[in-house]
Amino acid sequence: MKEIVLEVKDLSASYRKTTVLHDVNFSVQRGSLTGIIGPNGAGKSTLIKTILELHPALTGTVKFFNEPYNKVKKRIGYVPQRGSVDWDFPTDALDVVTMGLYGQIGWLRRPTRKHKQKAYEALEKMGMGDYADRQISQLSGGQQQRVFLARALVQDADMYFMDEPLAGVDAATERAIMTILKELKAKGKTVLVVHHDLQTVEDYFDHVLLLNRTIINHGKTEDVFTMENIAETYGGNMRWMGEKREHAFHIVE
Amino acid sequence: MLSILSSSNTLWVLLSTMTLGVAAGTIGCIAYWKRQNLMSDALSHAALPGVVIAFLLWGEKNLLVLVIGAGITALIGALFIQWVTTSSRITEDSAMGMVLAVFYGFGIMLLAIANRLPGGNQSGLDNFIYGQAAAMVRSDVITMLILALVVLFIVFISFKEWKIFLFDKEFAQGLGISIQRMNTLYSVVLVMAIVIGIQAVGVILMAALLIIPAVSARYWTQSFHWMILLSALIGGLSGVLGTLVSTMKNGLPTGPFIVVVGAGFFVLSFLFGKEKGLFVNYVQYKFQQKQQLKLMEQEGGNV
Repeated sequence: MKEIVLEVKDLSASYRKTTVLHDVNFSVQRGSLTGIIGPNGAGKSTLIKTILELHPALTGTVKFFNEPYNKVKKRIGYVPQRGSVDWDFPTDALDVVTMGLYGQIGWLRRPTRKHKQKAYEALEKMGMGDYADRQISQLSGGQQQRVFLARALVQDADMYFMDEPLAGVDAATERAIMTILKELKAKGKTVLVVHHDLQTVEDYFDHVLLLNRTIINHGKTEDVFTMENIAETYGGNMRWMGEKREHAFHIVE
Repeated sequence: MLSILSSSNTLWVLLSTMTLGVAAGTIGCIAYWKRQNLMSDALSHAALPGVVIAFLLWGEKNLLVLVIGAGITALIGALFIQWVTTSSRITEDSAMGMVLAVFYGFGIMLLAIANRLPGGNQSGLDNFIYGQAAAMVRSDVITMLILALVVLFIVFISFKEWKIFLFDKEFAQGLGISIQRMNTLYSVVLVMAIVIGIQAVGVILMAALLIIPAVSARYWTQSFHWMILLSALIGGLSGVLGTLVSTMKNGLPTGPFIVVVGAGFFVLSFLFGKEKGLFVNYVQYKFQQKQQLKLMEQEGGNV
């Protein structure tokens, strides 16, 4: 049995009147790459935000590396949804990546050339070296996502939470991001990714967490990612094309 | 003009309106990216009752005391807006509109009462509505200068924290920056920038000095720290030039002149600014069009 690095117990959360999450219990092993899957409004983003204390929890406890969040903040990296920030903000790609180092730089001090160099290397790793001094408003959606990934990389965290990093990006960016995620996993880092494309789940993730307001199932992809479980998660509004689940797609009610 | 400069009081006044402009330009940039320009307007109007109450309690006109009073009611206004927005279905802009009107109305009412008191109408409290830099004395100027420097210092030492707070709140929180504390600090520096300006510019127009330099600077740069520096520069220049013009004749209010000069800077930026200024946009469009036409001509020739 591998070491448990994230333990969530009895977590619940709400937005005003509606309960979005209830009875959420799960634990994640070191070095796993988990896809968080579920229909729209299932609470995927809320789950991540509640775990990271960006959204208040109604009940429950979360432990990272057997410690509360406050003690291990620096070991945890978060990649928010691309749409959550103002891309019109006047700054360039390198500067955004450098923000990932602010935690290490500390209060009252400015980034040095060494920090900039580190940020540049991360950009290069994401294939964005040529765009270092490009205005962020002039980057395409895929490039913006790569900048976000590079920012998470320079943080050099032990556990990463990513909210739909593959949403609305082109094939090349998707490949670049998946390469990095697998590299992180190979280094023994733990990664949790909110994902929406059912067809790629088996290729991308070794663990799957099926979520619809509570956990429907969680475990190794080959055990959990079954037709029955998916149907249960998506509430039956799935149509099956042929026999294979790869051909399943989500229809609008 | 020279005769104005030779008067030592005017030099002090110029120095203070310049510092005020610099501080307001700086904080205005933060308000701009917080997308809360209207907030500065609401809070500067909310400062008026504080000025009058402080005067009534203290019994004489002491700028520091008045500024503290102004700061208190402006902060109450800020808290009220926050509270109404988070605990009711009323949206932030309605809450700001209410605070602006109600606090200002209350302030005017108190002012009318204060003016009827013996000695009240000589107090010069009316100056706080449109601003009267010439009415300032040495000690007022020093009070303003110190407060403005404190505001600038707070922004300067935590510059990168402000940047990440404005650009990506959730990521900032992950880095261990407390959003609640930053919000509080923001309200405090915003209120400070407002209250130091109310004597020179007045409560009605103070918001313009926060908003105009920031939107003007946006037309010139694509970097946050340049935007702050430019905004501070435009604010400072508006302060100095507006004050100079208004002191040419006795009894002219300072605020409107400062604001008009600032508006001049805005028009220049809007037309000629290198980042999406009207003129530059047009030239770039024409250039691209020419290139495209040339290309089409060549291709047409080849066929």
